[in-house]
Amino acid sequence: MIGLEHYLAVAAALFVIGIFGLFLNRKNVIILLMSIELMLLAVNINFVAFSSFLNDMVGQVFTLFVLTVAASEAAIGLAILVCFFRNRGTIDVEDVNVMKG
Amino acid sequence: MISADIQTVMPEIVLAVYAMLALLAAVYTTKDKMAPLLTWITSGLFVLLAFWISADDSTVSAFDGMYHNDGFARFAKIAILLSAAAVLLMSQGYMQRRGLLRFEYPILIALSVVGMMVMVSAGDLMALYMGLELQSLSLYVVASLRRDSLKSTEAGLKYFVLGALSSGLLLYGASLTYGFAGTTLFFGIMAATADGVSLGLLFGVVFMLAGFAFKISAAPFHMWTPDVYEGSPTPVTAFFATAPKVAAMALFARVVHDAFGGIVGEWQEIVAFLSVISMFLGAIAAIGQRDIKRLMAYSSIAHMGFALMGLAAGTVFGVQAMLIYMAIYVTMNVGTFAFILSMEKDGRPVTDIQSLKSLSKKQPVMALVLLIMMFSLAGVPPMLGFFGKFYVLRAAYDAGLGWLAIMGVVASVIGAFYYLRIVYYVYFGEDTDGLNGKMPGVLWGVAVVTSAIVLLAWVPGINLFGIETIAEAAAQTLVN
Repeated sequence: MIGLEHYLAVAAALFVIGIFGLFLNRKNVIILLMSIELMLLAVNINFVAFSSFLNDMVGQVFTLFVLTVAASEAAIGLAILVCFFRNRGTIDVEDVNVMKG
Repeated sequence: MISADIQTVMPEIVLAVYAMLALLAAVYTTKDKMAPLLTWITSGLFVLLAFWISADDSTVSAFDGMYHNDGFARFAKIAILLSAAAVLLMSQGYMQRRGLLRFEYPILIALSVVGMMVMVSAGDLMALYMGLELQSLSLYVVASLRRDSLKSTEAGLKYFVLGALSSGLLLYGASLTYGFAGTTLFFGIMAATADGVSLGLLFGVVFMLAGFAFKISAAPFHMWTPDVYEGSPTPVTAFFATAPKVAAMALFARVVHDAFGGIVGEWQEIVAFLSVISMFLGAIAAIGQRDIKRLMAYSSIAHMGFALMGLAAGTVFGVQAMLIYMAIYVTMNVGTFAFILSMEKDGRPVTDIQSLKSLSKKQPVMALVLLIMMFSLAGVPPMLGFFGKFYVLRAAYDAGLGWLAIMGVVASVIGAFYYLRIVYYVYFGEDTDGLNGKMPGVLWGVAVVTSAIVLLAWVPGINLFGIETIAEAAAQTLVN
């Protein structure tokens, strides 16, 4: 029998993979975008699992909002990335270093 | 009643509809030629909305508690609208001279202000998230407004990646909160925490606080701030330093008091920790900075630490102190950025603080404005900045956080060093060929008005413009 905790464990694992993808990845900014998407989708699994467990529709409504926002976020991220590529000629994470912070 | 609900969110609807109509009008007519006019109209609309909102004194919640219109929300909204209006006024000339003024700029600012207004009024995790994302997505684009500049696009990219990470953390916290409290409504969460907190809910709180700390750039979640401040065009930096900070801080206060007000003991230590780290990091890391925009970034990190100190108290007086601090903070920052926007040499903007040397001999008025602003940011009495610090320190002390207040005083003394160093350069630096631009009229006006406010607010008849009573009433609608 698959219960709530199984879903939560999968979501937590995906979320952590997403965070590690952001911090350990040294190659490509596109991978950062994928990691961000992974984090948001992990959250969605959480919401849907809780929604089903609680017999409450709010979680699924929240999921729809998150999906929409994630799509626009990816669009804006890619747009900024294209501008950056035009100026720098590369999208390696190591080359995002004009300013040291 | 649905029509009464719509009535409650009318200011936001007006601004959102205005932004969309302005977008259509600009795209189908003269595009960038319309930008100066659009900037003025947007700025005027912000001021009108601020007056409209201030005329209201009701406490209502709309959409079954998803949306609050109370004194706290109105205080934050007025601060947001007025500071955004001032920054737009200041940007117009600067951007136009450098061919930066695109019609998207005022529209994106208007949309982000809609997001901020939703944030501070949110009574539900969904409203909170949508407001926050509307604000953040607009700001990512504004940060990379200078499309052909490497620095500006890099600032936008860094802001986007770290901002998205913080939204993810916040959202994960929201999902845990929803799951363990069984509802996304703040008063529902409050009721669910009445008889103790489960471990899952505690995790939810921590993740959400981490997300907020990113948005207000509190250490240790501050790493995007210096780069984004340095890389963005200066008017955009001025905007980042004012309205979004007020909005995120108000949202922070709204969530910890409205949703988690029953478990003050659980989050108090986290907020106090964030506060101490931010104050010290802001004060110490700013010492090595040569670029005034980076310096202002660290300065804002330190100031957020002080504002968090008020919040850490967890009392009505603490929220009041935080609101007063934020209002004073935006006033000082608007004035300081009016000066920074006018820093130029042979028509090109400069941001190196070395270029300020011996400014007092060439432009005594500008030098005096900078002196007043730096003293105020450092917290020297009787400038306005001192009173902000005084209120938060008292709030922390009254709440039994004496150690936090002492840390605050120490950090403020360390921080005074780099503010006073700028004053030293301006008045006693050796003669170099520094700045030689003239201060444009609008910037001059803003700088003189804000320095007059900063300098004269303590005069007995003025009494900080009555902000104390307004903030107290606002704080009381939030904490109960």
